[in-house]
Amino acid sequence: MSEEKLIFTIDGVRVEASSGQTVIQACDAAGIYIPRLCHHPELEPAGHCRICTCKVNGRNVNTCTLPAEHGMVIENDTAELKSDRRTIIEMLFVEGNHFCPSCEKSGDCELQALGYRLDMIAPTLPYLWEHRKLDATHPDIFIDRNRCVLCSRCVRASRTEDDKTIFGFEGRGIHMLININTQGRLDETGLAVADKAAHVCPVGCIVVKHTGYRIPEGTRTYDQKPIGSDIEAKRNSPKV
Amino acid sequence: MIASEIRTNESLLGKFNALLADKEMVGWVEAVVRDFGSDRSRLLDIVLAVQRKYGWISYEAMVAIASALGIHAVEVEDTVSFYAFLNRTPKGRFQIRMSKTPVSLMKGAAVVARAFAEVTGAPLGGTSPDGVFTLEWTSDIGMADQEPAALINGSVVTALTPEDVPAIIAALRGCRDDAASPLFPGREVVLPHSELKPSLVQRGPVLLSGRGACGDGIRAAILIAPEAVIQEISKAKLRGRGGAGFPTAMKWKFTRKSISDEHYVVCNADEGEPGTFKDRVLLTEVPDLMFDGMTIASYALGAKHGLVYLRGEYAYMLEPLQQVLERRRQSGLLGSRICGREGFDFDIRIQLGAGAYICGDESALLDSAEGKRGAPRNRPPFPTDCGYLEKPTAIDNVETYACAARILESGAAWFAGYGTSESTGTKLLSVSGDCERPGVYEVDFGTTINEFLDLVGAPDAPFVQVSGFSGQSLSAKDFGRSIAFEDLSTGGSMMIFSKNRDVLEVALQFIDFFVDESCGWCAPCRIGTTLLKKQLEKIVANRGTLADVSAMYALANTVTRTSRCGLGQTAANPILTTIRNFPELYEARLRTEDFVPGVTLREALTEAVRVQGREPVVEEAST
Repeated sequence: MSEEKLIFTIDGVRVEASSGQTVIQACDAAGIYIPRLCHHPELEPAGHCRICTCKVNGRNVNTCTLPAEHGMVIENDTAELKSDRRTIIEMLFVEGNHFCPSCEKSGDCELQALGYRLDMIAPTLPYLWEHRKLDATHPDIFIDRNRCVLCSRCVRASRTEDDKTIFGFEGRGIHMLININTQGRLDETGLAVADKAAHVCPVGCIVVKHTGYRIPEGTRTYDQKPIGSDIEAKRNSPKV
Repeated sequence: MIASEIRTNESLLGKFNALLADKEMVGWVEAVVRDFGSDRSRLLDIVLAVQRKYGWISYEAMVAIASALGIHAVEVEDTVSFYAFLNRTPKGRFQIRMSKTPVSLMKGAAVVARAFAEVTGAPLGGTSPDGVFTLEWTSDIGMADQEPAALINGSVVTALTPEDVPAIIAALRGCRDDAASPLFPGREVVLPHSELKPSLVQRGPVLLSGRGACGDGIRAAILIAPEAVIQEISKAKLRGRGGAGFPTAMKWKFTRKSISDEHYVVCNADEGEPGTFKDRVLLTEVPDLMFDGMTIASYALGAKHGLVYLRGEYAYMLEPLQQVLERRRQSGLLGSRICGREGFDFDIRIQLGAGAYICGDESALLDSAEGKRGAPRNRPPFPTDCGYLEKPTAIDNVETYACAARILESGAAWFAGYGTSESTGTKLLSVSGDCERPGVYEVDFGTTINEFLDLVGAPDAPFVQVSGFSGQSLSAKDFGRSIAFEDLSTGGSMMIFSKNRDVLEVALQFIDFFVDESCGWCAPCRIGTTLLKKQLEKIVANRGTLADVSAMYALANTVTRTSRCGLGQTAANPILTTIRNFPELYEARLRTEDFVPGVTLREALTEAVRVQGREPVVEEAST
């Protein structure tokens, strides 16, 4: 039985997708990078950050949850989308308290790396200066909500990969926070350093202790190559 | 020695009593969870029951609920912490929630709120020292034609003046219901101003005409095939009345075509758009018409179950509506063998919300009805394929179902004879603000704003807000435009502002609402609404420059383009449409400098002044 081929174009490049794939998955496989923050290839997509928004058949849609369809015409690398993505990254920077020079995650941080990739110079938006809860009670892991971008990777990983449901949301709107499954402290939750949830945070919010400075700054992942380079290295599709 | 022993014993006794109370609570919670079939999707009903009993939902109660449902406490807290009407801290026995909207404020809500604060001793946003009253602001409660209005637990009081407040509070103090939080404190004591003023001002030919008898539409529907019913709706060109205007027949057709063991018919009665109250009027005046429509839909789709999602603000309507359902069951219009037809079985459950505007979004509504936080879903899949409990679901507005019933009752051609070619039938408008006759009007589609303003008694209004806060701020140059899906699409909210109102202040209140009601799921809406508010505040405070307006305009467009659902995609409309239609009001407020800082030097130094205990010495700049 031959499976029907789904073919769409993104910025004029033909991409072949298999049925059930999302647009971002098909593009990743084809070596075309759509910037994204909350999406993680091993977790079900959630559509929080909107960075992966593309123009699909003329309409803005986030591509991490969008099933690939035959004949889609997608725009990804346009001035307007780049500007919108940069604005969202700026929003996330001013929402939390992201002090890159003093953060363990600097150089491995996807928020910071997206800032560089999308040519963010400095936030032009007013800072919100919220003080958020930090919990370092766990012997192996700390959670610093000042750096949280509410991507829900930890929530999803804990539920579907670790089968624990240690994380959830609390509140709504601008007051929303990542919550833990206890009224008390992180060390009461049963979170283990081996859990997937401890390793998927894109920023310096959930960090495994004693590992922050093993790799010197300046030689970390995104110090070497811009975010998305690994995906773009796979690129071999011809232009139509 | 003895004294300290007594103290120890007392504290032990206290602990023992607390443990006993805890144990009692756990048993009670377990029983409630069993009452709801230990069904996780009924979580909202379960926590509402706990709150009714205890006045709030303690962490211990959330743990007990989670354990009885076999889920995690963090999941219960996820839901509970989302809704404005669910308390995670103890509150007063009577929670007074004053409606805060531009309309309520111009009708004097602030002085009424102050009167409540004085008489109860509860500060705004707090609880009285005796623990009896909590006083808060809340978003629009669907009483825009009789503001200032307030919810007191589940009861409503409207058209308030400060002079009314002492009598209301005295009546509440006399409430004999000994529940921790009596849902309807006005039931056995008479609360002054709890008698709602009739809202219906103008009946039209279709919905509120008084024609037809209960069940006529259903009896007509079952004479033809289910597909033919959808065909009839299609011929009538019925479009969704919630505002989006999607063709109803297409929705029903998709749902019918979607293969599944169950299909659902859901009615969106979460009338949350500030300034609308026409669904309240339909639910009060002609509830049977809406239930007829839902029942017709169930016949067309082959659905056995229906659900009405009623906004938490309308809790007082729950019992009367349930009585209507019961009466329909008695008379064979609901339940099994409807209208005597073998195999036509359909019943309806009412799900009460708990204070969240976002639940008016159909997918957020479905998640909420499943006992989760009311966050919109990623689409696709659409509810027609994967709706309530992941089954194919037709979800329509109260008014849409009422129209469907009329179409079956009187024919598609008759219905399409009203309105315009693109927008058939009539539209219910909820009218509030600066006009002589606020209330609900049934008008033909195609009515212009000028005609409308004459109708309601506001011929000189310079500013009309069409379709609620998420709609458009119109100035006189647009008053020749007409109310129709092809021109000014509206869910029905029409707010009128006289020349004495400050348009930008009003726009700021609109944005403030979206800050409160953004669900937080997606970044652009969650953060963008707060940033837009800050930017507009700066301009309203006469501290903005041209660069600030450009920056705000750019941000507003990003929020519109990238937000996940309709809330975020329209939250910037107050800014975008006032910039478009009232540019002179912005110009008048702008400073001529290139740059004015967002924070004054004085504000920036507040903390330092507090710490040092002295005022800064300001050096005069030498010229």
